[in-house]
Amino acid sequence: MNNQHGKPTPIGGPIMTPVMKICLTLAGTTAVMLVYRFIVGLGPVTNMSDGHPWGLWIAFDVVTGTALACGGYSIALLVYVFNKGKYHPLVRAAILTAALGYTLDLFGVIADLGRPWLTWKLPIFFWTWNLDSLQLMVGLCAMLYAAVLWIELAPVFMERWEQEDDKPRLQQFAKKWTPILMRAMPWLIALGILLPAMHQSSLGSMILLAGPKLHPLWHTGWLPFFFLISSMAMGYGIIVLETMWSRTVYHRYRETSILSALSGTIAVVLLVWVGIRLMNIVGTGKLGYALEFDLYSILFWLEVLLFLVPAIILMLRPARSDKDRGRLFMSAGLIITGGMLLRFSAYWFAFQPGDHWNYYFPSLFEIFVTVGFIAAEIAAFMYIIKRFPILTGRPSAALPT
Amino acid sequence: MNISRRGAFKVAAFGTAMVAGARKAEAREKKEAPADATGMLYDATMCIGCKACVAACRRANDLEFEKHSRLYDDPIDLTANTCNIIKFYENESESSFIKQQCMHCIDPACAAACMMGSFQKRQNGIVTWKPDRCIGCRYCQVACPFSIPKFEWDSATPAMVKCQMCLAKAGTTDEGQLNEVGQPACTEVCPRKAVIYGPYEELKAEALRRIAENPDRYEDHVYGLEEVGGTQVLYLTAKGIPFSKLGLPELGTEPVPALPVGLQHTIYKGFIAPVAVYGVIAGLVWRSRRQYDKAGEEVGA
Ligand code: SF4
Ligand code: SF4
Ligand code: SF4
Repeated sequence: MNNQHGKPTPIGGPIMTPVMKICLTLAGTTAVMLVYRFIVGLGPVTNMSDGHPWGLWIAFDVVTGTALACGGYSIALLVYVFNKGKYHPLVRAAILTAALGYTLDLFGVIADLGRPWLTWKLPIFFWTWNLDSLQLMVGLCAMLYAAVLWIELAPVFMERWEQEDDKPRLQQFAKKWTPILMRAMPWLIALGILLPAMHQSSLGSMILLAGPKLHPLWHTGWLPFFFLISSMAMGYGIIVLETMWSRTVYHRYRETSILSALSGTIAVVLLVWVGIRLMNIVGTGKLGYALEFDLYSILFWLEVLLFLVPAIILMLRPARSDKDRGRLFMSAGLIITGGMLLRFSAYWFAFQPGDHWNYYFPSLFEIFVTVGFIAAEIAAFMYIIKRFPILTGRPSAALPT
Repeated sequence: MNISRRGAFKVAAFGTAMVAGARKAEAREKKEAPADATGMLYDATMCIGCKACVAACRRANDLEFEKHSRLYDDPIDLTANTCNIIKFYENESESSFIKQQCMHCIDPACAAACMMGSFQKRQNGIVTWKPDRCIGCRYCQVACPFSIPKFEWDSATPAMVKCQMCLAKAGTTDEGQLNEVGQPACTEVCPRKAVIYGPYEELKAEALRRIAENPDRYEDHVYGLEEVGGTQVLYLTAKGIPFSKLGLPELGTEPVPALPVGLQHTIYKGFIAPVAVYGVIAGLVWRSRRQYDKAGEEVGA
């Protein structure tokens, strides 16, 4: 297996590519904008209101962003819990995207908080914790998981530092800590599976507290289940996209057969998801809402289709070989869109505080900040894979790496 | 395919196990108003819309008046600057005033939301906000079924503002007792006793008594008796003008936190469940890694 896929190696090459420059400019501008936001408050720059207190930053940066970061735990679940060693070459890149995604989430939360200077109390003042608060669970899991992810990634940096003879301090540090890290790794990996599962399902329960303000099609006790399972499927989708990306952009050729082998499993998971989603709506007598053909019922059916169609695509002809990667790519895209729609609906579209509140649509400022965060994430990803051993795969012979 | 199916079911089982409590969630016990609970009763049939209560609320809470037209103080809705408002409803044949402020729920969603307990039921069951534990996440606003807590959107150091029944000034900590006279500013000044303050049980009895004595005058519905598990602010309305027309939402009897908080506690069972799951996962990870080690594969993340 190792000879087939090779050890992870840095991509190398120049850092300051045009894409990098664009990303850094966007991220830098966002940083300046956020300084302004902290001076004037949230009102002047966002379209949020007392009726719509959560906007794009929560719906996308926090709720959807972390789900897009679920590749890390999907793959860890496979490799370590279901003992599928053949996926091991995918682990590092997935963990890196997860670490970046969850870090972005924490920054996104800080940008959104009205009184962020008190946030330091949250992890420390445990005697004030309100154990009824779903958000406490969400917040603590996210903080802890972000930390766990970077520690899980530490060997990547250590490997490089161990070889830096000109930086003895770093080298010594790496030599001393690597064995300790390796011994702690199973415990960390287990945390790296449990925490995101708790986090993603709690994101589903968290919005249930909106109670009557959440449209009945999403106000169901199964929402945490839908969030959890869809986050795993999204994680798989992200890994597919990431693999294709490193192949086309960085010419790291990796057999997609690894991913194809999974497609049958994913299809079944998606079908179970769709089945329960429908049974739940019928069973709780909410079918009427789904058949009203208003905005909400359309969102609902779209969501169901976005999970059902990839299931059918993958079921009818499971992706077997490299040639099927077009279909794999499409299914991954659909799954990710479906998961995003579910989250946008629950946290944004289907949240209806009352008729006298205007509909919420983010301001340009909000959109720009979100774009800036994504740009920062991409910049960090590109830098790290160029300098540190993340990607496996045979560098294609024709191209210099 | 077989193997992958089994994998799929394992994933599904993992998920189902985590949320198996979905149905047992109703087990969360129903909360009662505390023994010392006090509240307000607003009788829309007695209110003359003089807005003395609005002005008194401003004075008591140090809130500046609002200016949208050339009138003196013309708030259009509850805001971070207006904790109490009188609105007017009118159709061809009838009209009514309606007072709005925090309902002081018996099982408040705002308090269930808040991570460090900034919002809590405190003295007399009155729900107040403490600035030193609020990080401004606005989950309380998302949660409150009446959309009552208001955020200072235009401030760099925003507070969460709402009626605290004058137990404390809005947006401050609850140091004081009720207003010097022992009741909220609005009930103190009301010239018609349209809004009154008192022990919750007495107010409930009073509301029911008024309906019983004057069934032609009132709708047969005390708003707040049942809504979202009960609220310490109660309402009466004139016959023929249901509360929904006055802007009070039609709500079920189940407290808003019942489903999500019940789910949470069922799934996590005092945190024993996650610890157990953690142990199992760690065991599996350890096993897998040992096998990979033996196979001479590279370890680490
Ligand atoms: S009305 Fe809203 S703010 Fe007031 S106690 Fe109830 S949930 Fe809290
Ligand atoms: S905004 Fe403040 S009071 Fe409201 S839930 Fe968040 S921390 Fe609590
Ligand atoms: S003071 Fe009394 S009568 Fe006047 S508006 Fe307020 S509740 Fe109505």
